Amino acid sequence: MTYTALSLTLIFVFIPFILSKALHLGLEKDIFIATARSTVQLLAVGYILSFVFEAESAIFMVLMVSLMIVVATLNARKKGRWLRGITWKIALAIIAVELITQGVLLGFHIVPATPQYIIPISGMMIGNAMVISILFLNRFRAELDARADEVELLLSLGGTPKQAIHRQLIDAIKASMIPTIESQKTIGLVQLPGMMSGQIIGGADPIQAVQFQLLIIFALLTCAAVSSTIVGFTSYRTLFNERMQLHH
Amino acid sequence: MSAITFQNVSYAVEDRQLLTNITGSFEQGRITTLVGPSGAGKTTLLKLCNGLLSPTSGTITVQQKPIDTFVPTTLRQTVGMALQAAPMISGTVYDNLCLPKKLQRQTLSIEDAQKWLEDVHLPASLLTQQARDLSGGQRQRVSIARTLVNRSPILLLDEITSALDRTACREIETLIQKINDKYGTTIIWITHNLEQAMTIGHHTWVMMDGQLIEAGPSSLLETTTNEQIQAFVRGEAR
Ligand SMILES: Nc1ncnc2c1ncn2[C@@H]1O[C@H](COP(=O)(O)OP(=O)(O)OP(=O)(O)O)[C@@H](O)[C@H]1O
Ligand SMILES: [Mg+2]
Repeated sequence: MTYTALSLTLIFVFIPFILSKALHLGLEKDIFIATARSTVQLLAVGYILSFVFEAESAIFMVLMVSLMIVVATLNARKKGRWLRGITWKIALAIIAVELITQGVLLGFHIVPATPQYIIPISGMMIGNAMVISILFLNRFRAELDARADEVELLLSLGGTPKQAIHRQLIDAIKASMIPTIESQKTIGLVQLPGMMSGQIIGGADPIQAVQFQLLIIFALLTCAAVSSTIVGFTSYRTLFNERMQLHH
Repeated sequence: MSAITFQNVSYAVEDRQLLTNITGSFEQGRITTLVGPSGAGKTTLLKLCNGLLSPTSGTITVQQKPIDTFVPTTLRQTVGMALQAAPMISGTVYDNLCLPKKLQRQTLSIEDAQKWLEDVHLPASLLTQQARDLSGGQRQRVSIARTLVNRSPILLLDEITSALDRTACREIETLIQKINDKYGTTIIWITHNLEQAMTIGHHTWVMMDGQLIEAGPSSLLETTTNEQIQAFVRGEAR
């Protein structure tokens, strides 16, 4: 695609801009910011990627993945400020997801060990681990707010903190995995997944595009299960003190 | 001998003082009733007795030992509690009755569960019912039975008959008296029913505004010279 062609796509920005003005939606500024940011951010990533792909050393790739992990962690921890030390637990979960998925994909030579594969797949796994962690933290908080009396009941009957919070923990882990599983049930029926569409538009064989998409959605299942389980099981203890009392 | 003693116990949450300088003891093998206006700190005091809360200052001993020397789970099995709201876990009545055993990786046989239900005058057929479908009074009785399963030597009962009619209330009073008699169980019983406080209690504590106003034989509710308590008794009786 030429840059002339690309600039013509600004028509798609212009239409909502005019609509926003005409209908007094007051979104003009946001539309402008969104357009400017996405352009700058994506172009920057594009240039960085070409640099990393051409670089001889793998260090740039490692740096880039590390940066993704840091940004994802800082983003997810906002939802977990009520849990002491949550930052490290989210980081641990995301790193575990990254290691497991890349370990399988590279270890069994399922994809070539080049930045062209490692970076985009890492991006998807890390981004998803972040979203799942946020989903888990929101749900866990809601479960605890709604069912604090059950936790107190189990403690009062002589249960340990782990026993007392087990149901809420399991329900929150389950709830955070469900969207991933459900979305995969209807995948491809209406909307083609973004990565697959991109490959097909880019001229790849549809079957090969499907194979890669399957690889990704299977990996996303692991991603969801591992990240919510790790965040959950490493963090619930901080809700209790050493006298096995629930913090207020 | 005292089962639980309080020595200058205070409890505060953030900057709110909920209990102030409580000193007193609960006698071994006796029933002590705990009365006072809503918000006086009765529930808070009970939760200090089984370590659901820890005092901000002062010392509590249980069976002559500082409360901190107990492993919290052991303490809570020793000092059983029926919570005011009688919360149920989702599942059947049987699931709820099993809970104390399950937490110790043991099981409760159907026969034993039926026996506990009988003790609180509920039909055995209730065992398979979903706990969320129980009436308020049934739930309260299941909650009592569930607390009794641990056979704790000390029992904390937080308004366990508030949702019961007169007959059911009498039945529970008789049951608790029987347990107290037969096993020498120490009972601390919060109630808003002053008549109950006097007939059931060997001793009574009167609490107001986070303080222990008076403690003594339960007849103190009639004989007290404390004007605050007299006003409280008149108000409640009205
Ligand atoms: N976690 C908490 N944080 C702040 N205040 C609390 C907390 N728990 C209890 N309180 C307050 O402490 C006071 C005493 O509460 P408590 O439940 O002990 O009263 P109570 O005597 O049992 O009352 P009732 O007869 O209505 O059950 C109340 O004013 C209550 O609002
Ligand atoms: Mg209370």
